[in-house]
Amino acid sequence: MDFELSDEQNMLKDSVERFVKDNYSAEARAKLADTELGFSRDHWKKMAELGWLGLPFPEEVGGFGGTAVETAIMMENMGSGLVLEPFLSTVILGGGLVAEAGNEAQIEAIIPQVIEGNMMLAFAYAEPQSRFDLNDVETSATKSGDGYVLNGHKAVVYHGTTADKIIVSARTSGGSRDESGISLFVVDNNSDGVSRRDYRTIDGQRAADIKLENVKVGADALLGEEGAAFPVIEKVVDQAIAALCAEAVGAMQAANNITNEYLKERKQFGTPIGKFQVLQHRMVDMYMEAEQSKSMSDMVAMKLDLDDATERRKAVAAAKAQVGQAAKFVGQQSIQLHGGMGMTDEYSIGHYFKRLTTLEMLFGNTDYHFKKYAALAS
Amino acid sequence: MDLSFSKEDLAFRDEVREFLATSLPADVKDRCDRGLHPTKEGQVRWQKILNEKGWMAPNWPVEYGGTGWTFTQKYIASQEFGHASAPIATPFGVSMVGPVIYTFGNQEQKDKYLPRILNSDDWWCQGYSEPGSGSDLASLQTKAVRDGDDYIVNGQKIWTSYAQYADMIFCLVRTDSSVKQQEGISFLLIDMKTPGITVKPITVIDKEHSLNEVFFEDVRVPVANRIGEENKGWTYAKFLLGNERTGIARVARSKRQVERLKEIAKTELSGGRPLAEDTDFNNKLTRIEVDLMALEYTELRYLSMIASGKQLSAEPSLLKIKGSEIQQRLTGLLVESLGMYGAPYEAERAYEGRNEAPVGPDYAHGPMAEHLYLRASTIYGGSNEIQRNIVSKMVLGL
Repeated sequence: MDFELSDEQNMLKDSVERFVKDNYSAEARAKLADTELGFSRDHWKKMAELGWLGLPFPEEVGGFGGTAVETAIMMENMGSGLVLEPFLSTVILGGGLVAEAGNEAQIEAIIPQVIEGNMMLAFAYAEPQSRFDLNDVETSATKSGDGYVLNGHKAVVYHGTTADKIIVSARTSGGSRDESGISLFVVDNNSDGVSRRDYRTIDGQRAADIKLENVKVGADALLGEEGAAFPVIEKVVDQAIAALCAEAVGAMQAANNITNEYLKERKQFGTPIGKFQVLQHRMVDMYMEAEQSKSMSDMVAMKLDLDDATERRKAVAAAKAQVGQAAKFVGQQSIQLHGGMGMTDEYSIGHYFKRLTTLEMLFGNTDYHFKKYAALAS
Repeated sequence: MDLSFSKEDLAFRDEVREFLATSLPADVKDRCDRGLHPTKEGQVRWQKILNEKGWMAPNWPVEYGGTGWTFTQKYIASQEFGHASAPIATPFGVSMVGPVIYTFGNQEQKDKYLPRILNSDDWWCQGYSEPGSGSDLASLQTKAVRDGDDYIVNGQKIWTSYAQYADMIFCLVRTDSSVKQQEGISFLLIDMKTPGITVKPITVIDKEHSLNEVFFEDVRVPVANRIGEENKGWTYAKFLLGNERTGIARVARSKRQVERLKEIAKTELSGGRPLAEDTDFNNKLTRIEVDLMALEYTELRYLSMIASGKQLSAEPSLLKIKGSEIQQRLTGLLVESLGMYGAPYEAERAYEGRNEAPVGPDYAHGPMAEHLYLRASTIYGGSNEIQRNIVSKMVLGL
């Protein structure tokens, strides 16, 4: 048992740190977030060149063969700079689903393109009524000839705006909340019958609500076995949650550093406000929450590949619950300790607060994961 | 990064389990599981068994009698001890003064005291706090004045745990009042049988006698009993407090408390259904469980950093803060789980000469005692407020 990084992992960490330092100053990030696209295709190309877009994929398909630990290292460091490129949507979620459930032809058609930086993906799982339940799927896929016809409404699809292909969860059988009967389809974003409402999310990213109206797909669009997608979705979402936990740790540590520096600089009553014990103790509590979250993020990265699915789910639920409550506390208190300055959109701390706020809700908020953990642990 | 245990680690775990299953006396285990104070006789009996096995001092260097365990093995042992409700050794000798002696003491002191600590021949107590010096420890007033080969000690210590059992006390005393407070303190080892020492009991809110006042009136202590240099005692004291904070998280014990809570919640009823099915109760328990898991991995992460040669500053203060808060939340919830049977608690003394068991179900005997006593956990070892000051200064630079 140990928690230390190997030499290769340290190199990866250094390399992501450098990328963030070179490209993600607060000003550069604000500018990028305000563009039409919301991120940089040049950065994306650079990430492909560095091999990052192949990080979790097996070496046979041209990937790096990394584990969840490497993904966590990458996400933690990206989190510290609030990186905007759709790494999670394309590589971890979309790529993860294809690699996990796809047949040889599907993997060959998609994964090398992702690794090269030529194809972006998004995962459309949520629906207006589903809240955080991955099994709550009303979107339907009806057999028609050799293929299927899809109908339904997918909600808040992160990076559905720019994805070339969207992985859609749809029901091929069963009741709307059954775990069985859910299937995955690879849908071209420009297919007939796909209509999107694109928008900005408060964390500077892009998302879309997507309506599917009689969208026709071939049999080759079905990812994995018909009706048996739920365990695959759950597994890949667990990987995404672990990645988000790491991102949140990086964002919390950065927010804490910014706030801590501010406490040393800002003077009131003739002294730096960091000399006031009430603010010192608040800052210590923020630091402790980030530390506890870092431990849980490391833990879940190491436990993600467990064969025992219940143990894996427990680890993921516990980690997201801890990270969620910490993200809320650190984000909100960072604003508080900055006083009026924390309220200005021009200053960086508010952007950390906003990303931490969405990280808390993505893939299930704190209450959801506490409940999930309780159900698994009883 | 890797959480798996090696084959050797798993064999070690089996060995610890086997040892605890066969060697831990049932009466000692029962008191520990309930959260009652140990008896001196039971604790010493158990510690001698530990020493015979060679496991009395896992944190000591091998040359002084340590086990040479890796940090993974120490983790495994502490988990197994916690799960089996095997008491850890009383800290005052083996965890507090022992490391001070082998780090700063002379050869004679090491030869004299270390084997007696390992074999529990001396029961040690800690002479730090004074009536006027709690969190502000460096302001202590107990004086030691040089007289030939002796110091003459006058003053008073307070909150001294188990002084009534103690053979020896390690004491911070003022040897120079003319300099900055921290620079005039010395560290003395004092035989409790020395004339002029009086121990007075303090009855604690759990109605038990675990704390004391210790008075010193013209107590003669040989200069040979001083650790290190005169007036350098503060350095040794801080070293000791730093050591104290790492063990204080008590993660394994808290994990056992979670198990106990789940056992009790299966039996106790709420609304005619097992308490274990009560949403509010579960919500509280789950939040503690997750916090405890985070604390466990934080402790492991820090131990891993230390094992790989990294220097920590005041990070272990976090373990003390979070660990004590969790202990209090757990004993609070244990008491809550008992419903009305949380109330009828009496000190053990009250049962002497009576031929009856404590009121209520068997598992109700213990939680209130521990709940009351553990209010001290956020106060002792440097209060949690002082710990936050330390982190603020040492880690955050505020």
